Amino acid sequence: MTQDNRLSGGVIDQTTPLSFTFDGKQYTGHPGDTLSSALLANGVRLMGRSFKYHRPRGPLSAGAEEPNAIVTLRDGARAEPNTRATTAELYEGLSAKSQSRIGSLKFDVMAINDVMANFLTAGFYYKTFMWPAAFWEKIYEPIIRNAAGLGALSKQADPDSYDKGFLHCDLLVIGAGPAGLAAALTAGRAGAEVILADDDYLFGGRLNAETGLLTEQNQADFVAASLAELASMPNVRCMNRTTIIGAFDHGIYGAVERVSDHLTVPADGKPRQILWRIYSQRAVLCAGAIERPIGFTNNDRPGIMQAGAIRAYANRWAVTPAQKIAIFTNNDDGHRTAHDLAAKGVSIAAVIDTRPDAPQTGDYNVMAGAQVINTKGRLGLKQITVATADGRTQKLACGALGVSGGWNPNVHITCHQRGRPQWDESIAAFVPGTTGPDGLVVAGAAKGIFSTHGALESGAAAAQAALADIGIKASIAKLPVAEDAPVAITPFWHVAASKGRAWLDQQNDVTVKDVKLAHKENFHSVEHLKRYTTLGMATDQGKTSNISGLAIMAELAGKSIPEVGTTIFRPPYTPTAIGAFGGRSRGADFRPVRLTPSHKWATEQNAEFVEVGMWMRAQWFPREGETHWRQSVDREVLATRQSVGVCDVTTLGKIDVQGADAATFLNRIYANGFAKLAVGKTRYGLMLREDGMVMDDGTTARLGETHFVMTTTTANAVGVFRHMEFARQCLWPDLDVQIISTTEAWAQFAVAGPNARKVLEKIVDPEFDISNEAFPFMACGEITVCGGLRARLFRISFSGELAYEIAVPTRYGDSMIRAIMEAGEEFDITPYGTEALGVMRIEKGHAAGNELNGTTTALNLGLGRMVSKTKDSIGSILSERDGLNTEDAFMQVGFKPVDPADDVVAGSHLMRVGDPANAANDQGYITSAAYSPILQSSIGIGMLKNGGERKGEIIRAMNPLEGREVMVEVVSAHFVDPEGERLRA
Amino acid sequence: MHNLSPLTALGSDTPHIDEFDGITITEVADKALASLAMRHDQKTAFTRACKAATGMAPVAPGTFATSGDITLIATGLDQWMAAAPSQSHELLASMLASKIKATASITEQNDGWVWFDLEGPLCAAMFERLCAANMRAMQAGDVTRTAIDHLGCFVLCHQQGKKFSVIGPRSSAQSLHHALITAVHSAS
Repeated sequence: MTQDNRLSGGVIDQTTPLSFTFDGKQYTGHPGDTLSSALLANGVRLMGRSFKYHRPRGPLSAGAEEPNAIVTLRDGARAEPNTRATTAELYEGLSAKSQSRIGSLKFDVMAINDVMANFLTAGFYYKTFMWPAAFWEKIYEPIIRNAAGLGALSKQADPDSYDKGFLHCDLLVIGAGPAGLAAALTAGRAGAEVILADDDYLFGGRLNAETGLLTEQNQADFVAASLAELASMPNVRCMNRTTIIGAFDHGIYGAVERVSDHLTVPADGKPRQILWRIYSQRAVLCAGAIERPIGFTNNDRPGIMQAGAIRAYANRWAVTPAQKIAIFTNNDDGHRTAHDLAAKGVSIAAVIDTRPDAPQTGDYNVMAGAQVINTKGRLGLKQITVATADGRTQKLACGALGVSGGWNPNVHITCHQRGRPQWDESIAAFVPGTTGPDGLVVAGAAKGIFSTHGALESGAAAAQAALADIGIKASIAKLPVAEDAPVAITPFWHVAASKGRAWLDQQNDVTVKDVKLAHKENFHSVEHLKRYTTLGMATDQGKTSNISGLAIMAELAGKSIPEVGTTIFRPPYTPTAIGAFGGRSRGADFRPVRLTPSHKWATEQNAEFVEVGMWMRAQWFPREGETHWRQSVDREVLATRQSVGVCDVTTLGKIDVQGADAATFLNRIYANGFAKLAVGKTRYGLMLREDGMVMDDGTTARLGETHFVMTTTTANAVGVFRHMEFARQCLWPDLDVQIISTTEAWAQFAVAGPNARKVLEKIVDPEFDISNEAFPFMACGEITVCGGLRARLFRISFSGELAYEIAVPTRYGDSMIRAIMEAGEEFDITPYGTEALGVMRIEKGHAAGNELNGTTTALNLGLGRMVSKTKDSIGSILSERDGLNTEDAFMQVGFKPVDPADDVVAGSHLMRVGDPANAANDQGYITSAAYSPILQSSIGIGMLKNGGERKGEIIRAMNPLEGREVMVEVVSAHFVDPEGERLRA
Repeated sequence: MHNLSPLTALGSDTPHIDEFDGITITEVADKALASLAMRHDQKTAFTRACKAATGMAPVAPGTFATSGDITLIATGLDQWMAAAPSQSHELLASMLASKIKATASITEQNDGWVWFDLEGPLCAAMFERLCAANMRAMQAGDVTRTAIDHLGCFVLCHQQGKKFSVIGPRSSAQSLHHALITAVHSAS
């Protein structure tokens, strides 16, 4: 297709063709084009269908405010719905598809909705789908959901990456039009650290889209010279394709940089987009203004656009939407479009100006005091009907109509922290109020200063003032001489004489009539108006419609526009991909992992790994011939109990506690006593929260008079450290105690089983006696291993077997596990993972995370006597609360199935035999369960009311989720070696 | 002499080096580390002992300094980390403890951390994609604590914009390394 509507000039490279497709049809454009400008150049005005009525639509704008030309860009997994054709940069091979249609764009089956428009007015959901109620979920909702929504996701994983980052500056300049350039030059020359961000790929703003703004200098030369100067300053960072999406606390702004959206595929290793968090000391908002349409019958046809957009297409992109164009305006700015188009040889059908005193601005027909009252052209504008000042109607043929109802300053960012804009009668628009984000000042059109001279001057002055606030002296940059035309506007929101539907919000198909209906049905609040009619929702967030809607509401309510007020503005300013928020955190890189010192060795052993917090722990070590995890786990348990096993327990938290008052500190942290723990001894400790519930448990070894090493559970390592740091700094700052984590500084292995000592005697250097007499249960000491490597040895046991934990510096962890395995070979030493660890601790009745679940007390765990009454410690007083010490308080007990073939399932609730199974009769629940290869039965431990007195009782373990019930016997939680003879052997 | 062999934090026998256009990232395995936390009411005695043990007074918050083989890094209120080549100072913690005595609590941290040296003009752009700290503003001798890819790290600046060290948790060395490399690709 030829580019029949391409003009000469523009800020594009007309010597280089780019081919692209839209709905499968091939077109050509040029570097510098947007998808929208290239399609218009090819004579394509129809680019989409509306959301509700499926009306044919073309672009309304040439920027981010676009409600209509919403397309799906790219194909396959890279397909991205709901992107604006008006901002999508053209590249070779770009593929785009229209949305919101069933059938082709020209023959959309869903256009039937338009015929049924009388039934689909505001609030039709609430009125229409009231009955029968049963229809809602199965019939109405699926139909509505199928019909609703804009584009569709590809449902494939996005193959591209996204990134996040952090930037810092003295001054953030938002927008690089004349005001932004003046601000950046002023600040840059003063030596301030400056970030100049613009959502466009071309800096310059309206300087690229207008003519005659500078009176003594070429606009393009000024932009180029400014950018060259800014680029030469090391303190200035110019970021194009970067949208400031929100203002957050303390001068922080969110920005999305579109790194690769203008490329066929991102360069190797490059992200598609980067979400930047910009820390600014001060910011200047130079975001310009958005032209608003006027409401009149059938004002939504393809070819009816903002007058300023048509001007931008002509001047910047060298494109006209049609060869004959009319203008409908209530202000002088509309005339500039006619002037520029005429200068480029486009035929002007007429300038229809609502003002009786409209100026004659060029050699074309100006119809003063006239209004456009209707249009024709199903898939594109063909004709407009004008009501003239003397009451006649006149039909004019034209392919496009530029509409200007005035300009709305882009106050969005100033309102992100619930700032409220103020009404400025002189320009009939809201301007930034005084309640914007701290440190943000506004300049140029965003402040309601619409002349180029005013924009340049206010940009420079705003930068100067902002920098003065932070102690940086700046001189106003020398600025070019520019036009300084006053704003001449007579407010005009909609054509009252219009009989048909006049669109306000084209994306959501909200008409003037809908606003009137909402008002009639008592939805007077502006927030209610929005929700009832959907005015201002979806991807454009009402950038071109909100103010007009408010004006009509004000008219109906007999109020002024500021009395009606605006809805709340919220970030992001433009639609932002979820991928950008996720950044690098996706898939395997969702969060960092922690690897144990034996990870490499465990991988060689084909270990199955499980995530435990951030740790990757070996869950079991399958051997050849084992086809089910239970086979591996049963083997590991039996081997450990019968001979010896080894397990990496590095993940347990290790906290080094030192200081003159270290013992006193631990005595207060733990519920049981630690002050008198002898050097060279380890003690089991129970830690309570302030409210008396159990927080964590573990062992603490005393390596010296003022030196302890505490272990915590893996899951609570960070929480316990934080708790201790809080206690140290805030509760008892008088205590001389210092703590630091050493969790990953030491590789620690549990060596457990009857032959554990024999294995370790081959590892531990001979000068250290680890016999039962010299190194009894709960002993600890600093030793050397393997010929002189410093190590720590603890005689502690989680499995209930004779066991030690041996720690060496982490870099030797891999070598150590290999040495242990070699030493244990003659005893058939078996590595075991977290599953076998879990089985053995359940067999032994040791509490773990399932029991330390935040709702249990020391009493519940059968450890009530550990809470010392002879000293104060965190939680000891509140653990004495009556409610926690009732006769029927939970007690941890064991459960075994009456029929050994039955499974005990963790989470099952316990009911007395004969009682109805309901919450009122709940006797407790099973916290942990496993198959014990020693007992050859499923077993469990859990909480049972007054459990200590109910041994031998048969009780029902209910699993209502799976509809299962098992009879279990209440037994001691210590299934294996209840006297503790093995671990003391 | 013991018969165990060390692995680097990235799990190899030898330190890993990544060379890119604009930046080189080197895993530094030869580091002995020890944390120092001053005990109550020991400022004068500790300052004196620290000078004797390390050749320098405790450095001010946000800074680090080197004297001879030992680098002293401020890590928090009245807390420091000493670093030295592990070949010659594997028992750094013991050495410091014996000299500083009860004026501070000394803890061996040799293997609690992974240490990466970064050198090249791409450093600042890479850090922008990793952490909130303003690395471009860091001067030689500055140190800051910051989160890199969720991991609490120390970053030392040796030369503004061009030469840094990152000290992060050893068990997450591979994740941290991956984050550095990914950021380099994004920034280059």
